[in-house]
Amino acid sequence: MTRVFVTGLGATSPVGGDASSTWDALLEGRSGVRSIEQEWAQQLGTTIAAEVAVDPSEVLDRVKARRLDRSAQLALVAALEAWADSGLAGDDTEKPGVESERLGVAMASGIGGVQTLLTNYDNLNLKGPRRVSPLAIPMLMPNSPAANIGLAIRAQAGVHTPVSACASGNEAIALGIDMIRLGRADVVVVGGTEAAVHPLPMAAFGQMMALSKRNDDPEAASRPWDKGRDGFVLGEGAAALVLESEEHARARGAKVYAEAAGAGITADSHDIAQPDPVGRGATRAMQMALREAHMSADELVHINAHATSTPQGDLAEATAIKNALGDAAGGVVLTSTKSMTGHLLGAAGALESLATVLALHHRIVPPTINLEDPEDTGLDIATEPRKLGDGPLAALNNSFGFGGHNVAIAFRSV
Amino acid sequence: MATTDEIRADLADIVNEVAGIPADDVQMDKSFTDDLDVDSLSMVEVVVAAEEKFDVKIPDDEVKNLKTVGDAVAYIERAQNG
Repeated sequence: MTRVFVTGLGATSPVGGDASSTWDALLEGRSGVRSIEQEWAQQLGTTIAAEVAVDPSEVLDRVKARRLDRSAQLALVAALEAWADSGLAGDDTEKPGVESERLGVAMASGIGGVQTLLTNYDNLNLKGPRRVSPLAIPMLMPNSPAANIGLAIRAQAGVHTPVSACASGNEAIALGIDMIRLGRADVVVVGGTEAAVHPLPMAAFGQMMALSKRNDDPEAASRPWDKGRDGFVLGEGAAALVLESEEHARARGAKVYAEAAGAGITADSHDIAQPDPVGRGATRAMQMALREAHMSADELVHINAHATSTPQGDLAEATAIKNALGDAAGGVVLTSTKSMTGHLLGAAGALESLATVLALHHRIVPPTINLEDPEDTGLDIATEPRKLGDGPLAALNNSFGFGGHNVAIAFRSV
Repeated sequence: MATTDEIRADLADIVNEVAGIPADDVQMDKSFTDDLDVDSLSMVEVVVAAEEKFDVKIPDDEVKNLKTVGDAVAYIERAQNG
């Protein structure tokens, strides 16, 4: 089967404005969770969130930015960084390193252009239909981030937007792998984006009792597997990976971060919001990813867990990992980078896959912070940066979403 | 009542805000689409902002007749005086 390599990375996250500053912050255990400064937050039960460290308005051209929802702005920042990092972009004097018709995009979002939707609805109610922006539809449609990236890099193979709540980012990576393996593209820019730090989504997640209310200590609020956890912290941001066929990457002598070796996608059919308590669907997703990657559980050294810091989800995933890997589970270094970034919903899988790829590339696992009173999971959770050994390395990134979506991606060092 | 050049200058600020065109480029003989690169959706934004700024109504049917900056300034002047 065609091997798929990761040849470019980009991110704009709560802990850094690009991939390298994000990675540095994760290794240092720095939290991106803060009090929300806008007045609207004061009416809510949760007044903390993980907003991006660098506002996209500082990076993007003003006129371009005003035609994009914030979710598309963030996606464009991350994707263009990954695109430049891959070396495929070319400059004014040379042609891009891939034919447009062989270049695809899969950029996911969990919620889409919700800020544009709600702002325009406010304008409709307060000022009338004439004040609804003519750009509202192209800005709020969930495929807008993918389409705008496609326009920016002239991608003319498929341009896609997988939507599966908090598994969306990983589903985009899985789709990109498929596109290359099925011969539909040589290069696919994949990832996820989310910009839902707004009173309506915050109020709605609050009504689900999904959000942490540790408002007086924001940096300690996201605490996966800690007995004191009380819900997730809403994060925003985007991450992108350039996936490329081995043949294409080798022919141009590309820098390779890791192999995206396989994906597993399953559904729980259990409940629209609650995880299956023993994570059967998650177990099957991990096993499917390993099988597709021709990887044994014994080879795995690391899992970047979904672990969002909710009471039920973290334990269900721990059970699923043990069921999926059997005795090999004890040999895996686990982490949840959400302890620092909060939960980026549709971007979570992409940002955490980026962290997984860099963990293999740099041979070190970022810590899970705030784990002071751990649940008895029987698993090896890194609370400090943990060096990985020499030789070939393999890792999984898990993402699960409301709706019962489970997506695991298997990565291998190259 | 605003002078013709005051209307042009205010309209130029709107075109700059919406489309990023330098305000000095927004002169009477310039075509919105051919010279200033204002696409059809941006033109709707310009029209709505102009309605608010100049307190006039510019019906959708009229917009297609506003090919140049001068056309728009003349329409606004007529509407204000009418």
